[in-house]
Parts: sequence; structure tokens; C-alpha cells
Amino acid sequence: MSTNGNKANPTSHHAQQRAVPSGIKLPIYMDNHATTPMDPRVLEEMLPYFMEKFGNAASRNHPFGWAAEEAVELSRERIAKLIGATSKEIIFTSGATESDNLAIKGVAEMYREKGNHIITAVTEHKAVLDTCKHLEKFGFRVTYLPVQKDGLVDLDDLKRTIDDKTILVTIMAANNEIGVLQPIAEIGKLCRERGVIFHTDAVQAIGKVPVDVNKMNIDVASITGHKLYGPKGAGALYVRRKNPRVQLVPLIDGGGHERGMRSGTLNVPGIAGLGKACAIAQEEMPQESYKMAGLRNRLKDSIMSRLDEVYINGSMEHRLPGNLNISFAYVEGESLLMGINDIAVSSGSACTSATLEPSYVLKALGTGDDLAHSSIRFGIGRFNTEAEIDYVGDRVVETVLRLRELSPLYEMAKEGVDLKSVKWAG
Amino acid sequence: MSYSDKVIDHYNNPRNVGSMDKKDADVGTGLVGAPECGDVMKLQIKVNPQTNIIEDAKFKTFGCGSAIASSSLATEWVKGKTVDQALEIKNTEIVKELALPPVKIHCSVLAEDAIRAAIGDWKKKQEATKPAAVQAAQ
Ligand SMILES: Cc1ncc(COP(=O)(O)O)c(C=O)c1O
Ligand code: FES
Repeated sequence: MSTNGNKANPTSHHAQQRAVPSGIKLPIYMDNHATTPMDPRVLEEMLPYFMEKFGNAASRNHPFGWAAEEAVELSRERIAKLIGATSKEIIFTSGATESDNLAIKGVAEMYREKGNHIITAVTEHKAVLDTCKHLEKFGFRVTYLPVQKDGLVDLDDLKRTIDDKTILVTIMAANNEIGVLQPIAEIGKLCRERGVIFHTDAVQAIGKVPVDVNKMNIDVASITGHKLYGPKGAGALYVRRKNPRVQLVPLIDGGGHERGMRSGTLNVPGIAGLGKACAIAQEEMPQESYKMAGLRNRLKDSIMSRLDEVYINGSMEHRLPGNLNISFAYVEGESLLMGINDIAVSSGSACTSATLEPSYVLKALGTGDDLAHSSIRFGIGRFNTEAEIDYVGDRVVETVLRLRELSPLYEMAKEGVDLKSVKWAG
Repeated sequence: MSYSDKVIDHYNNPRNVGSMDKKDADVGTGLVGAPECGDVMKLQIKVNPQTNIIEDAKFKTFGCGSAIASSSLATEWVKGKTVDQALEIKNTEIVKELALPPVKIHCSVLAEDAIRAAIGDWKKKQEATKPAAVQAAQ
């Protein structure tokens, strides 16, 4: 009998037995595209609005209402300032899913007379894609632009796709899986020249990279608190007031709050927190993005210098500083997550999804199912440290090596079998 | 996915990881893929041609924690069984033993398929090289 790779105990160094370097608290959170922890300064800003200053911002006749309104208006200014807008152009919502819905459905209904064509891209968030799909049922025509291998849309493609019935282009600023930054300024310029409204889901970009609605010719932009160290359930929509003035049909009718575009009593603590989060981001973005990119590159080098056949998904050049999305060939993503269970990250593997479909974003880049299956998204954030990065790098490397010993695909590849040629039984 | 302790144990300490010589006449190799999610399992058995008892088993799996645990468990279960007894192992027993959630049932099916494929391969070899032994087994 000949055996190989059969050590008596192939797992002599898994999580439980590994010494944890000092200064690290487990589990480590490195999934900052899913959500970010709140910054303590944000919490501090919010706290008074739960108890002492509990008023309704729409109450015009007493100091309780005035205090709440003051907080709301300060937040509006802070958000506007971060993106180069004016405060009257900020509408508060419950988060980016609502903002995306309001932007797309609101524009579609308002400009229906003008045309019925909408352009988006295949790598958008579901909040955009499913909203567009919904509109298709009501007579709208939607073009889902493909992306190139690096994850970017092709501007010539976009140019060709705009026709005289196009009313809206909706393309995200930064992708939530691969962190790829779309050429927003170029898209904005093109839309402006063609008289088409441009919406961007800027959730992942705002507070991380500069976004300026005027320099970039953005007409409508979605924002959410919980991706920039603010609270969940608090979001905003930027809606341009002049050159051109954009109008929306509201999704929610009622008391006429938010200039009629979004009725409902405002979530004052959440709004105060969102504003504070934007103010902090404005102040700290230059140093912070430099630090994030440094940590990200450190993790990348730590992994890539020690493992062969690992592939970065999406452009490295046009990318959020805190994002790293890597495929580890021959290792399935869920099993890798299990091996590094003291680290919170996510995977594009089919095995991790309820539908057993690998990530549609990775597939759109032309990544094969096998590599989509092997992908891990690292989302580095404000509170990660160099020591954590080094720990994560070590854990990933050792787990990948262990799982490759367990992988029939790795063995076959080493034997020179062309995996694409294999016919699977079963 | 939050898994049962048994799945986690098999994942952390997989039993019988490895490979045997595919060309050995007494070795049966099953290589199967799951159409649902693209995972791949290789399960090998070494059978005593006199007794038809599976004396050794090895596996390698590219797949989720449930797939790794299912195949690890399958190698434990087939060892010491005759080929015919091993063919009676059902994926539902694996599901029960490992307390797999509904979305992970296909991973256990893959393990059952791998056992069948390995035995099928061994039988084919027996027919080709030692027809007498196969007849004795049937
Ligand atoms: C790009 C993008 N758009 C929209 C959303 C939805 O945001 P929210 O959770 O605020 O509804 C998210 C977050 O999941 C996102 O990453
Ligand atoms: S092998 Fe893919 S879900 Fe189990």
C-alpha cells in the first residue's frame, strides 16, 4: 500500500492550540464591508437624543422639537460637506436599500414621460439590481452593463448604450465585494453631456475615498451610516437641487417630511450619528486611507509571499484602500472560513450561500466557478491593527496549506492533470 | 453556518486523509463532483480480495465543512465492512450522525456517491484482473 499526505495528526496546529500574540483580542473583525463597528465618538453624539433630547424634529412649537431639529440640521450640513453638496440636497432614509429604491423608482416614475430606459451594471448591489428588475415588470427597459476583467465598466460600452429613451444611469462608486472603484467622474461627465440623470450607490466609497458630487457630476447618491462607523438603520440620499434640478416621486407618503420626498418621523439619534460619522471621516480620511492601504498591502504581501496560486479579484489600482479579495486555488471558501473561525471575514463560495450559487460579482469578472468558490473578502477597517493583520496572514497561510493537503484538486494539479478535462462521476 | 460539534471535530481532525495507489488491483477509487455547488470528493478503499472486507480507506475533499466531515465519516464507516455492507450506507445516516442542516444534505449525498464510485471502480478492476474473485463475491 502506498499512501501519502497521511500524517497521523494533520491538524497539529489549529486555532485552539495556537498561541495568541499579545495585544490581540479574538475573534478579530475584518468584515468591514458588511458593516463597521461604531466609532465611540459617534455613540457619544447619539446618546442625548434617546433620553434628554427625545423630541420630534417636526415639532415646531417647543424646545424639545427645536433641539431635535438642530441635531438633524447639523447632520445634514456635515453629510453635505463631506460630498460637496448643500444641506438642502440631503434626504434622510432608513439606509442604503431604501435610498437606492427611492433614487431609482423615484426617478423612473418622475421621468417616465421622457423615457423608459435605465442603465446599470451587473456587479451592482442587490438593492439596485432587484429594484431595476422590479421596474422591468412595469414597462421599463434595463441594460445591465457587463464589466471588464478588472471589474470596471467600459465607458465606450456605456456611451453606446445611452439612447434617446435613457433617463437614468445607476452605477456604484465602490463595489462591496471586490472594492473596485468605478470611473464615477467620467460616467458623470458622460451622463451630464447626454442629459441623463446619474445615480451612484456610494455606500462603500463615502468616507473612504473622496466623493464630490459637483466635480463628479453626480445627481443622486446613496449613503448609509453603518458602513462608515455610524449606526445601522440611518441613511441618506443626496438629490441635486440645481444644474439640473432632480425630482423624485416618493416611495413613502405621509406627513410630508424631507420636502415631501420621504415622510415619517425622523430617526434623530441615528441621524445625529450618521452626521458625526461623516464629520469624523472628513477630518481623518487622508491619514486613514493611507493607513488602510498600508495594512491591506501588508496582508496581501504576507499571504502572497508564502502561497502560490492565489489570485486577486478585481483591479488593484482602482480599489478601496481597505479591501482585499483573494481566491486561494484548490481550497473551498467555506472550509477556509471554518479554519480561520477566530477571524470574521466572508467568502464568495457557493457553499456559503443559501442558493448554492457562487458570487455573481466574481462571475461577472470572468472568474471561473472554481476560483469564485475559493474567494475570501477581507474588509480592513479603522480599528484593525498591524498585529491583527500579521495574525490573520499567518492563520490564512497555515489553513490554506492544511486544506490543500486535503484537496483532491491540489493533488491532481500537482500530478499535472488538467482539471478542466476531468469528467466527474456522480 | 454554525455546525454540530461532530462536524467541527471531523473538520479539525479529519480521519484517514490521504491517497492510495490508484493502479493497485485491490484499490478502488471514487472521484465524484457535486453538481449543486461544484465540490469534489475522492474516496479510496483497499479491499482484501479473499474476504471482500475493506481494510483501509482514504479521502481527500474539496468542499465545505459538511463535505469534509461526511467524507471523513464515510472512511471510518466503510473500514472493516464488506463491500456489500458498505454499499448499504445511506446518506441519511450521515446526515443524522453529523446533524447536518437541510442546505448541506447534498454534501452527504456526495459521500454516498463516493463510496459507490470507489466500490464500482474496485469491482471493475476485479472483473478485469481476477474474474474468479468477483464471482466469489457475488
Ligand atoms: C453597495 C451597497 N449598497 C447598498 C447596501 C445596503 O445598505 P443598507 O444596509 O443600509 O440597506 C450595502 C450594504 O449591504 C452595500 O454594500
Ligand atoms: S460541499 Fe458545497 S455546500 Fe457542502
